[in-house]
This record gives sequence, C-alpha cells and structure tokens, in this order.
Amino acid sequence: MVLQALAFYLFAAVTIASGAMVVVSRNPVYSVLFLILAFFNAAGLFVLIGAEFVAMILVIVYVGAVAVLFLFVVMMLDINLAKIREGFREFLPVGTAIAIVLIVEMLWAVGVIGTRSPTVEAFNKAGPHVATIDNTRAIGQLLYTQYFYLFQVAGAVLLVAMIGAIVLTLRSRPGVRRQKVGEQLYRSKADAISVVKVPSRGGV
Amino acid sequence: MWTIGLGHYLFVSAVLFTFGVFGIFVNRKNVIVILMCVELMLLAVNINLVAFSAYQGNVVGQIFAMLVLTVAAAEAAIGLAILVVYFRNRGTIEVEDISAMKG
Repeated sequence: MVLQALAFYLFAAVTIASGAMVVVSRNPVYSVLFLILAFFNAAGLFVLIGAEFVAMILVIVYVGAVAVLFLFVVMMLDINLAKIREGFREFLPVGTAIAIVLIVEMLWAVGVIGTRSPTVEAFNKAGPHVATIDNTRAIGQLLYTQYFYLFQVAGAVLLVAMIGAIVLTLRSRPGVRRQKVGEQLYRSKADAISVVKVPSRGGV
Repeated sequence: MWTIGLGHYLFVSAVLFTFGVFGIFVNRKNVIVILMCVELMLLAVNINLVAFSAYQGNVVGQIFAMLVLTVAAAEAAIGLAILVVYFRNRGTIEVEDISAMKG
C-alpha cells in the first residue's frame, strides 16, 4: 500500500512538473521532451490504477508517434526563439489569474478543497475496483461488440486525418525532373522508334 | 495519506488541465507550444476518464480514453501539417499573423 502510494506520488509529481515545464521552457525542443516525460509518467499512473492497455497505447501512440511528429516539426522549422517568447511577460498576469480561477473551480467541483463531494468520497472509500479479468480482455470484449461502430469511426477519423495531412503538405515544385511512370508505361512503339530508310552514301 | 483515492487522480488531472490552459494563454506566439498544451489538456481528460473507469469498475471510460487518444493523434497530425504549410508560405509561425483569412 505504502509502495503504491509512493509510486503514485512520484509519477504524479513528475507528470505535473513536466507539464509545467512544457509551458514555461524557452526552447520548443525542450517542451517536446518534457511532454514525452509527462506522457511516460501518466502511463505509469494508468498502470498503477490498473489500466495497462491504455497505458501501453499511450506510450506507443503518444511517445512513439505524436511526440516524434512534434519533434520533427520543431526541428524542421527554423524558429526565431527570441521572437517567439515575446508577450510571455505581457500575458503572464492574465494567464495566472485565469489559471487560478480554473484550478480552484475544478478542485472545488471534485471536492478536493471545500466541501467534500459525496460521490468522490464514496469512490475513495470503496477503493479501485478489482478486475476479475485482464484489462485488455475486458476492453476487447466491449470494444469489438458494443462499441464496434465507434471503433470503425475512429479508424475513419485516422484515415481522413492521414489523407488530409498528406494533401496539405504535398507540393509539386516546378523544374524538378522526376520519373513519370504512367507516361513510360503508355509509350507505344509508334512514338518510340521510327524506321528510317537511309539512302546509301547520303546519311540520315 | 497512504491510501490513494479517486480525489488524488482528479487533483493531478485538474492541475495538468490548468497548465494546459495557462500555456495557451501565455504562449501567444508559439503555435507549436499551443498544440502541445492542447495535448496536455487531452492527457488530463484521459487521466480523469481512466480514473473514474477504474474506481467504478466500468471499462467504458478506458474505451472513451482510447477514442480521445485517436482524435488527439488526428488533431496533432492535421495541426502540424497546417503549421508546416503556413511556415512554408509565410516564413513564420506567429499566431498574431494568422489573420489573413479574416474577411
């Protein structure tokens, strides 16, 4: 129990600290790296609570794909670091005020501060639900039956996003010679070779 | 202190979400960091969903978390593609310049 609590506090602290560093760090590359750290620790939190499948998906999808995509884009774009930080001081008071209001509201709503929420208290007392079957099996049994159409729609969303991203970033530069497979395949004998009768001693 | 309840997870999630909102307000010029802050907020939502799912013993929350993850991945891909195209055309990624499409 104590070990679990210590692990929770460690993961939670690192998640929150790296979340803060994403926002305030000077260089976007560091922001991406702290985002990766936040995702890793959130995956640790998920494992602690018994959601192993979502934790592994988080590591694979976020750290493996999304964060690397961010890293690529950050390194590809030539960003003026000094210019991009302008306005940080200017918007700091407004941002802090809104953040404080938001956090107080949310913590009040879930009953961490102020009056205790009876729902959350009941959940706290009951403790996390002890699963009788594997997490992955439970998800699969529900996802492939009751939520099958939703699952298909998620796939369609990913397909549309992929096509959209490709269409957006595809560009045809003028003046680049590239292989035109279609034209090569549709070439016929008639326009490829011509038989010329060469008169003797005359040349072509 | 040594028993971790639902409230602990909700606290982490609320703090992460607040950092996301704060980052969007503060980094007014850096679209990449704004996108990262959106990812942070979605992560907070996922923590909430998974925590409630685990404490209720209902797996549906985790399925929702996976769907949120899907949408987040799609959003990141499209957002970064738009960013790359914008940078190619304008040579900058400052948010305040992105008003060219205003009527």
